[in-house]
Amino acid sequence: MDFEQLWSPVMARILPKKDVVIIGLGWTGAVMAQELTDEGLDVIAIERGPWRDAPTDFPPSQMQDELRYRVRHELFLRPDQLTFTFRNKVDQQALPIRNWGAFMPPNGVGGGGVHWNAEMWRFLPSDFVLKTHLTQRYGADFLPSDMTIQDWGITYDELEPHYDRFEYLCGTSGTAGNLRGKIMEGGNPFEGPRSRDYPTKAQPQPFSHTLFGKAARELGYKPFPQPSGNLSTAYTNPLGLRMGPCTYCGFCEWFGCSNYSKASPQTTILPVLVRKSNFTARDNSEVVKINTDRSGKHATGVTFVDSSGEAWEQPADLVILSAFSLFNAQLMLHSGIGQPYDPATGEGRIGRNFTHQTTSSVNGFFDHTKFNFNPFIGSGSIGMCIDEFNGDNFDHGPHGFVGGGYVGQVQTGARPIESALTPPGTPKWGTGWKNAVRDNYLSTVKPGTGVHGSFYAYRDIYLDLDPLYKDRFSRPLMRMTIDIKENEAKQNRFLTDKFAEIIKAMGAASLAKTYRTAPYDSTTYQTTHLNGGVIMGADPKTSAVNRYLQSWDVSNLFVLGASAFPQNAGYNPTLTVGALAYWAADAIRNQYLTKPGPLVDA
Amino acid sequence: MRRRKKLDVFAGAAALFVAMACGKVTASAGEVNAQDFTTVDGGRYLSILSDCASCHTIPQKNQPFAGGRPIETPFGNIVAPNITPDMDTGIGSWTDDQFDNAVRKGIGRNGERLYPAMPYNAYTKLAREDVVAIRAYLNTVTAVYNPVVASTLPFPFNIRTAMWVWDILYFKQGEYAFDSHQSAEWNRGAFLVDGPAHCGACHTPKTFLGGDKTSLYLQGAQLQGWSAPNITNDLRTGLGGWSVDDIAAYLKTGHNRITGATGPMAEAVDLSTSKMTDDDVKAIATYLKSLPGQGTAPAPVSSTAPEMRAGGAIYRDQCSACHGLGGKGVDRLFPAVANSSLARADDPTSVIRIVLRGARSVSTAKEPTAAGMPSYGWQLNDFQVAAVLTYIRNSWGNASPAVSPDEVTRLRNSLAKRTD
Amino acid sequence: METGLGPVVSRRSVLLSTAAFLIATSSRRTTAKTISGVLPWEPNGGNPPVAAKLGPWEFFTAEEGRAMEALADRIIPPDPQTPGGKDSGSAVFVDRQLAGGYGAQEGLYVRPPFITGAKNQGTQSEGGPRKEYREGLAALDRACQAREGGKRFADLPDDRKDQVLKDLEEGNLKLEGVDGKSFFALTIKDVQTGFFADPIYGGNRDMAAWKMIGYPGARYNYLDWVGRHNERFPLPPVSMTGRAEWTSNNSGAR
Repeated sequence: MDFEQLWSPVMARILPKKDVVIIGLGWTGAVMAQELTDEGLDVIAIERGPWRDAPTDFPPSQMQDELRYRVRHELFLRPDQLTFTFRNKVDQQALPIRNWGAFMPPNGVGGGGVHWNAEMWRFLPSDFVLKTHLTQRYGADFLPSDMTIQDWGITYDELEPHYDRFEYLCGTSGTAGNLRGKIMEGGNPFEGPRSRDYPTKAQPQPFSHTLFGKAARELGYKPFPQPSGNLSTAYTNPLGLRMGPCTYCGFCEWFGCSNYSKASPQTTILPVLVRKSNFTARDNSEVVKINTDRSGKHATGVTFVDSSGEAWEQPADLVILSAFSLFNAQLMLHSGIGQPYDPATGEGRIGRNFTHQTTSSVNGFFDHTKFNFNPFIGSGSIGMCIDEFNGDNFDHGPHGFVGGGYVGQVQTGARPIESALTPPGTPKWGTGWKNAVRDNYLSTVKPGTGVHGSFYAYRDIYLDLDPLYKDRFSRPLMRMTIDIKENEAKQNRFLTDKFAEIIKAMGAASLAKTYRTAPYDSTTYQTTHLNGGVIMGADPKTSAVNRYLQSWDVSNLFVLGASAFPQNAGYNPTLTVGALAYWAADAIRNQYLTKPGPLVDA
Repeated sequence: MRRRKKLDVFAGAAALFVAMACGKVTASAGEVNAQDFTTVDGGRYLSILSDCASCHTIPQKNQPFAGGRPIETPFGNIVAPNITPDMDTGIGSWTDDQFDNAVRKGIGRNGERLYPAMPYNAYTKLAREDVVAIRAYLNTVTAVYNPVVASTLPFPFNIRTAMWVWDILYFKQGEYAFDSHQSAEWNRGAFLVDGPAHCGACHTPKTFLGGDKTSLYLQGAQLQGWSAPNITNDLRTGLGGWSVDDIAAYLKTGHNRITGATGPMAEAVDLSTSKMTDDDVKAIATYLKSLPGQGTAPAPVSSTAPEMRAGGAIYRDQCSACHGLGGKGVDRLFPAVANSSLARADDPTSVIRIVLRGARSVSTAKEPTAAGMPSYGWQLNDFQVAAVLTYIRNSWGNASPAVSPDEVTRLRNSLAKRTD
Repeated sequence: METGLGPVVSRRSVLLSTAAFLIATSSRRTTAKTISGVLPWEPNGGNPPVAAKLGPWEFFTAEEGRAMEALADRIIPPDPQTPGGKDSGSAVFVDRQLAGGYGAQEGLYVRPPFITGAKNQGTQSEGGPRKEYREGLAALDRACQAREGGKRFADLPDDRKDQVLKDLEEGNLKLEGVDGKSFFALTIKDVQTGFFADPIYGGNRDMAAWKMIGYPGARYNYLDWVGRHNERFPLPPVSMTGRAEWTSNNSGAR
């Protein structure tokens, strides 16, 4: 790439070579560092943001600060440092996302693992063979012509042991629904078979969540507690790290956990990793380029710029790209590795099959003289859910769309700036507003992303470099072209209506139903589940990394994270992201190190 | 790419093998042949029991035993000397007798008196062959050129000859004497506590000259802005509520069902007690449990006192998320303040400090979590810090004197410039 | 009233604020570090919140402050149980936010060019909230003076204020050089945010908003209440600066 670079290769000071350089010390970087240091390799992790830890950065004395952490995005990346441009259509002028809205990218040690909600969902077995499955069941013509869904190149059964590992790392609290093929009462009967039960029992549910479960059961569904990385009880993980029980503070989502009860790299890996003499981390250092040799087929290390503006080159034999999904795609484009995707031809590897999550919600307003939900009592992944309408758990034939999602009362708390809601028709200000806020706060059900639908891939939803806007190093910003397609809108309408029926059955006096519709809106929060751009697959023509997350172009580069998802399922991504990291680590330890080179012939 | 062997957890032993295999052992005076593995390895273990590394190594500098670390004493800082086998600046050219004199008698190479920051009054319990073994081990570590100016004490403490007076007053030379009325385990514990582990250096109060107040043996003392707790078997302020296994777990892993090590004890656990054998930590526990408690207990502060009310509110709002509504904490993660003898200690210095400035517990191989306590110095004023501690010290059946806001003010001021 | 504190400063809020003023504001750590061997630790670590300072307006002029307090009191009118936006400090909150990072667009991407796009592409504003308030409040007063017999917004009787705001909200009152509808929407958002934010930032004085809705504040432990369905949580709200019960003259409530 030919940028007007503020750092120059000449100026970069060269550091002693390491066996492995890891870009980004979030969930996947920490998992990979732990695995490869166990292998005896000398590993350095380079993290753009600061070191963070509970007692100093998110203590119980100051973490319950909705203004600072949620509204002003304290723990997130500053757009000033790096952002994206956004448009709905290929013929539209993309504009920079100047302040976060639809999603909030992580920054700092622990990455999104610091401020996630810790929902621990496995994808369905059919999700991994989606194209094949849907084509077989409904015929190729059932799918929209511009839909570019693919199989993953890996099966649920292959990933299951790694799902299990990540669940046990995190101490996951849940109720099994399918134990080695046996359907278990109280769990999710639609989940793939799991080899053993959850490490800890499900969290007890507050009032509204319990009521949702009851209403769903009475409507004939099979509700179950959302699998949770906020723990129901104290737990010691396989690395010997201790976690405490969640105290339901209601400050999980967008906040760090003060009392070691939410699974994060900090609580489950880092204290062990840091003790190792063959591990080093550098914080406040942003990797700006993956360097390759003249052939372009071999990575030689990375160049990074630290917070004082000094540029460094870190040579290494193996490069692990484990930043947030969007930054993975961006760094690949900035490093010139892999052909950029072109929606006109459908060719190219980097930037294709960019997806998000199709979410919506239904707020329920109850009679405040009868219902007090104490809605501020919650955890990030508390909740009762149903999975009847996820993936292909139901016959899509009559409905004219594919995909689905779980729906549930998954309210994480009731932080008052965002949770002082009023029923439809209430004025937005004045005495009417004030009285309605007073009367409704304790008796409102606000599930957040209560409808959590899939987002399938399309030919013209993709990532590339913006021709106009630049970052602080004068590199092009990455451009997101994304919209809500008819299939997803139909899916969401179906799910939202089903969800509303259950909220209504709980006894709500009135409902505020919001569908997800086109155009895609960058200003209001949806989720930070952005996927794709560096997708995995069996075919090097339509994927950027092989089934082991190894770059087709540069065999000593592995790209971890949700950037590998060919399309998004109707679940939160992190458990699958963690499982894939273990899967890739296993391939490196057991195949790559004995015989470096491509693990799959292109 | 190189595919390396798994890391050897016995890093010290591994380094030793490497050093020997490469023939890099520094030639020096000394009786022990460097190939006498048994003696050298015994010396290595004795150096762990004696926690030599704590004072003679600058933390995180990766130059073991090269000295240079300032040791705080009430009289000023004393910089620990280089005890690597470097010929010029270390102890490479010392004879074993010179080394033995220093370790067990407090007499330097040139006949000068050492400052008792070097705990020769404890090391005197060692046998000469123990000291020679330590020397033999030290001969195997990497020699580092590092000249150290030992004393930075002000007058009159800079006059070393004055130390003979100190020795007359406080130094009782002599190897450990076996007590035949006690078990071998007890004797081993007594030897370790009073000898190499030199527990009294921190846990026994000192006179104004820095000598042990023997009547208050191991009943708790102050150092480096911390209060070391009572480690006799006293039920309220000591180890009376701890089992032998509790003590052993604490020494071995830094954590037990009641509390976790922080401050100077975190370092002692990290460098010394966690590396002791299970038998040795158990012996120490057995001996400490045999030391009688003092048994004095004040009446509890009334639960209706203003500071108890305020403290209760603060505890509920700020402390209970980790330490629990009932003060029971989480096993080996968050200390059980309801059962904590440190919290009940007559001297609240350490707990005030922990509330004000926060603290990190020790990370060990068995208990790597190293949970931390946040700093509340920005949020709670001196009354509030005193109140919440008074509440903890007088709730759940506890009874200890109220902490006064003045104590908090004094400590806040005196700690302000500390970086540790 | 030119002080940013407004007329009602209870002894309690001063007491609680004192603790916050003891904060030695620590600077954010941005120095790149190499971490190995042990978990980083330093005493007094972290970044405690920076409290809004007592005293005069920091961003608003006296006239703007008057308009802002009047707006705050119509967006959140006082009632016998709960103070309005003015006395609960929402105008002070907005002032301090505008004087600080929010007003300065701190951390946001503010590189040119600034092109007007679709609403769903987000704000594309070079001047940011400071400019919007400066121009918006002036334009509001001008519009009121033109329409309401020469009176500024703050000097109108409450029912006229409400009419002006309704017209603004519905697009029936145009402001000169300013999108009045968006400006009012921004004002509503910021005033209500201040009402529900922690009192440390200047609004929600004495946790008035939290008491009104039954939110127990900056707590961290509901372990004893998660299973007590449909029973009101019994403790009063607490702020990051504490609550009255933390002080020596407390009434004894837990």
